[in-house]
Amino acid sequence: MPDNSFSQFVRRTFARREATLMVLLVVLLVPITVRSPQFLSPKNISTILNDMAILVIVAIGQFYVILSNGIDLSVGSVIAFTGMACGMINESFPQVPVGLLLLVGMGIGAGLGLVNGVLVAYGKIPPIITTLGTMSIFRGMTFLLSKGTWVTAHEMTDSYIALPRTTFLGISYLLWIALFVIVLFYYFSRNTRTGREIYAIGGNPTAAKFVGVSESRIRLVVFLISGTLCGLAGSLWTARYASAVNEMATGFEMQAVAACVLGGVNFSGGAGGIIGVALGTLFLGVVTNALPVIYLSVFWQTFVQGLIVLMALALNTISDQRKTRKLLEQRRG
Amino acid sequence: MSEKKQFVAQGRLIDEMSLKNRLVELFTKWEVILSFLFVVVFIFFTNMSPYFLDWFNLMNATFQFSEKAILALPMIFIIMCGDIDISIASIIALCAYVIGISAEAGASIPTLIVLSLLVGSAAGLVNGLLITGLNMPAIAVTLATQNIYRGIATGMLGEHACTKYPQGFGFFGQEFIPGTIIPFAFVLYLALMLVFFFVLHKTAYGRRLYAIGNSAETARFSGINVRRTRIINYTLTGFFCGISAVLLASRILSVRSNIATGWDLEVITLVVLGGVSISGGRGTVFGVFISSLLVGYLKFGMGLLKFSGTVMTIVIGSLLIIAVLLPRLLDIYKANRKLKIQQGGL
Amino acid sequence: MQKALLEVQNLTKIFPGIRALDDVHLSIRSGEVHALIGENGAGKSTLVKILTGVYFPTSGVIELEGKPISFKNAIEAQEAGIVAIHQEASMFPELSVTENIYMGHHIRNEKTRKLDWKAMTEHTRVLLSQMKLDINPDTLVKNLSVAQRHMVEISKALSLDARLVIMDEPTSALTGREVEDLFRIVRELRDSGKAILFISHKFAEIFEICDYFTVLRDGQYIGEGEVRKSSEDDIIQMMIGRSVDQMYPEHTTHTGEKILEVRGLSQLGAFKDISFDLHRGEILGLFGLVGAGRTEVVRTIFGIDKADGGSMSIEGKPYNPRNPQDAMRRGIALVPEDRQKQGLVLQMSLTHNISLPMLTKLCWKGLVTKGKSEKTYVEKQGNEMEIKAAGYHVDAETLSGGNQQKVVLAKWIGTDPKILILDEPTKGIDVATKAAVHEFVCEMASRGVAVILISSELPEVIGMADRVMVMHEGIQTGFIDRKDLSAELVMRYAIKEVKEVTHA
Repeated sequence: MPDNSFSQFVRRTFARREATLMVLLVVLLVPITVRSPQFLSPKNISTILNDMAILVIVAIGQFYVILSNGIDLSVGSVIAFTGMACGMINESFPQVPVGLLLLVGMGIGAGLGLVNGVLVAYGKIPPIITTLGTMSIFRGMTFLLSKGTWVTAHEMTDSYIALPRTTFLGISYLLWIALFVIVLFYYFSRNTRTGREIYAIGGNPTAAKFVGVSESRIRLVVFLISGTLCGLAGSLWTARYASAVNEMATGFEMQAVAACVLGGVNFSGGAGGIIGVALGTLFLGVVTNALPVIYLSVFWQTFVQGLIVLMALALNTISDQRKTRKLLEQRRG
Repeated sequence: MSEKKQFVAQGRLIDEMSLKNRLVELFTKWEVILSFLFVVVFIFFTNMSPYFLDWFNLMNATFQFSEKAILALPMIFIIMCGDIDISIASIIALCAYVIGISAEAGASIPTLIVLSLLVGSAAGLVNGLLITGLNMPAIAVTLATQNIYRGIATGMLGEHACTKYPQGFGFFGQEFIPGTIIPFAFVLYLALMLVFFFVLHKTAYGRRLYAIGNSAETARFSGINVRRTRIINYTLTGFFCGISAVLLASRILSVRSNIATGWDLEVITLVVLGGVSISGGRGTVFGVFISSLLVGYLKFGMGLLKFSGTVMTIVIGSLLIIAVLLPRLLDIYKANRKLKIQQGGL
Repeated sequence: MQKALLEVQNLTKIFPGIRALDDVHLSIRSGEVHALIGENGAGKSTLVKILTGVYFPTSGVIELEGKPISFKNAIEAQEAGIVAIHQEASMFPELSVTENIYMGHHIRNEKTRKLDWKAMTEHTRVLLSQMKLDINPDTLVKNLSVAQRHMVEISKALSLDARLVIMDEPTSALTGREVEDLFRIVRELRDSGKAILFISHKFAEIFEICDYFTVLRDGQYIGEGEVRKSSEDDIIQMMIGRSVDQMYPEHTTHTGEKILEVRGLSQLGAFKDISFDLHRGEILGLFGLVGAGRTEVVRTIFGIDKADGGSMSIEGKPYNPRNPQDAMRRGIALVPEDRQKQGLVLQMSLTHNISLPMLTKLCWKGLVTKGKSEKTYVEKQGNEMEIKAAGYHVDAETLSGGNQQKVVLAKWIGTDPKILILDEPTKGIDVATKAAVHEFVCEMASRGVAVILISSELPEVIGMADRVMVMHEGIQTGFIDRKDLSAELVMRYAIKEVKEVTHA
């Protein structure tokens, strides 16, 4: 191919959000490491990665919802409900193997996702309203389930609590699960019809209808994915923090959206990729973990995240507008 | 030719509608359904609890919802234009933080109020400018500013709680109008509600909001400055967050960074439940007034019956979803009816 | 004679208030390129939409290979082998060329159900090379030029293995070289036994590529014939049809002093170097085919879009609108092209629609509405236009197209404009209202208002205008004075790039 020359390959690669993020990440890491050399120590790196493992799982679910032109504000509540459920099951039935516990978490999450999906796809309620409502319904259900109490570390089995910390080939199970989810959904997005049809619905619903893609089905699927992944995240959350509390994961929807926006996912739908979301999550993790290095208390974390999202949002918008203009210039010389 | 005559051709359809049809039309009106629901709630709780139907208690209950009901007023304008703002709770936190630290620094009551209103308006203005300036989606922008505004309060306050306030500051959120049993905050709400009623239904500005919400394109082609109107709406909402922050800080006299968490949902619920279409262009101040009272007294009644806050959260969330689902079903019903009438099956 | 692949008989489509198609016939055989000819609004696109399953016909028969067919949706039409090449609107800009071609029917590995990207890319490469398109199949569509996008759309139709390919103005965005490639492909398709329905305004192309033609006018079947045996003049005559001078109101022109001066007005990607003068009491016709940029020009004059270059002045004073409010302040009114989306707020009452641009003046101190004076004003405007409705309190959406247009006109005459711009004011409305609109336009002109009239209907432009400016693909190709006006001349300017711009 004539346009496959090396320079064009480089240019095309760097036009992508993934590459920009990589560069930014390195640029960010240099001063941080200079200031605090232990930042890149194996221990700290693994802390950052483990911190981000749950987020990336949730962010991937959020990614599909945003990709289809929606938003899922209920992720934090779904995590809380499944996390609480898993914690309580673990407490009452310690003989249930951990693997099964994760599956139960995913099942419960899928059920909650289904509720969102049916309301959006068949009730035709806008995603923002649906998930704003279920956000408080699911959180309320968490309180009802727990009757306001907590599940603490000593009420859970050791194997459950140990799950995130146990390592295999030097990498924690938590991270393995996250990596598996990334690979699985990379495959899903790239190599299945449904995966591609989500892009079609988000990019141009009318055209998608023309080629026979069912909008309701896709809307249902994205919320199902988001719910299932939040369920998985919930069951891991309880294990990782060795407790299940009613307020867990409050405001987590923001972090999930932040990871997506950073990863170049467009809010008008139809653009973005799993790798971008993963890198966006990593970027967020590095920034959050670097706050103490620049002597900012963790209390500033929310502020910094909001600011980053706003900047990423503006960047996405401006670069889109510039591209449109360029195309216009090409047209009619 | 007389003017009346010109209308005859299509006029028959509406003018000759039977009494039954008129009644159906009336009772499928959202405001009427809401008012009916309100009465049901009242009768129900009166029967369930001897403490419900008591003037003092009913007035006292307004302390709990006046602040949110006040916020619902400018939110009508935002949603009417097809926009959304999920940063209002954070703007309140920011305003409350400013009130808290200024009070600790010894500022007077008027200074506190002015500061709160200024900070709120500025935060709202920033929202409006960001959304209209770069044409970014309102939901994404206000999600980001939600964290930025709350983040400033969290970052500055940390675990600290501001509890020192000037003498008499408690009046706005705790006291009654002298000589009556009517709380000041509720009177303020009623006054503001009337102002909003007037603005939305009796002024050029209100008319323009309806036009923008139904067709922003037509509004623009008709010489309406859509962008400016949206910015004004966001600034107004910020300003009202400032008012609400004063009432809230005055009521609880303790400002922490997590103040007003979750209010975004509750306020949007009030507006949508009040019959304002989430896609814009439809709704009344009266509807939102009824929905504010309905939700307020529903919570009060449930509190009397010892329901936990949790159950209320679930009820509010469900109400929001039902409020959107039900009018849609009603529309389908009405459309079917209209079709039947048009086909001659009166 | 060979039996027809597609046979359309007595096809009628009625929309509320308008007969879009009235008893239309069309017959296409396999292995022929069939031109569908007609002015804008003749019913071509309605016919295409029925054939592709987007609209359902009111009455009539469509037969494919002798069997009657009726499509519930676009997919069924595709499966039956009827594929239309849509405009850009049907693409996924964020996805690759390969994917745009295969969305909805991705190739999968039989066993693993994994998408077979290699095969899809390879097929795409073959399709593209057939089209002599030098595009990498992995390129995102948003990075393609308009012409390239169009060629990709055509490749997509090829990949669907269609029996009847409908091409709606396929060359409008292509360069000469690309048009040649396209024609080569059209010929290859024809030789392989496929039928092509070719919709174009460009006569040169019709004579080069088409075998047969069918002419529609005002939703009616006018005639058909063999291209080889017909002349350009024959076909133009069929398109234009009726003699033009009978139906339009007489108006004597009292052209006054110059009011609007436009010099070198340009907008990136839309139009370039537009210059003209407009005088009081004059009706300036603005003619051009789809994509000529007429609407874009008047949008810019009205301050909706910004110009990239050029200057304007009104009554000798520079005019540089930032928004429609500026335009209205200087006395311009625009009756927009899309009545339902730009002209009216369908869910609001007639009263509120008509008073919308005048709210500030009708309100007390510009703020508070005054029911009575608003009512008086609205009734005065409305009665002048003789709107037929159940009352001014009904919502605009309940009215017929013609009455809706009268509401839009009533809304704008109230602003007492010095310059009145009408963009397709008679599109999709009944004959009686059409006549009323024509009457109204002449009335305005005789009152000294300067009128710009955009119309796709040739007779309307010729019957109404004092002067006609013709545009072609963003460039003004000619100015014709009333005394020289003829349908043939206007059409020639509109379909060919005659670059002799004259300033009147």
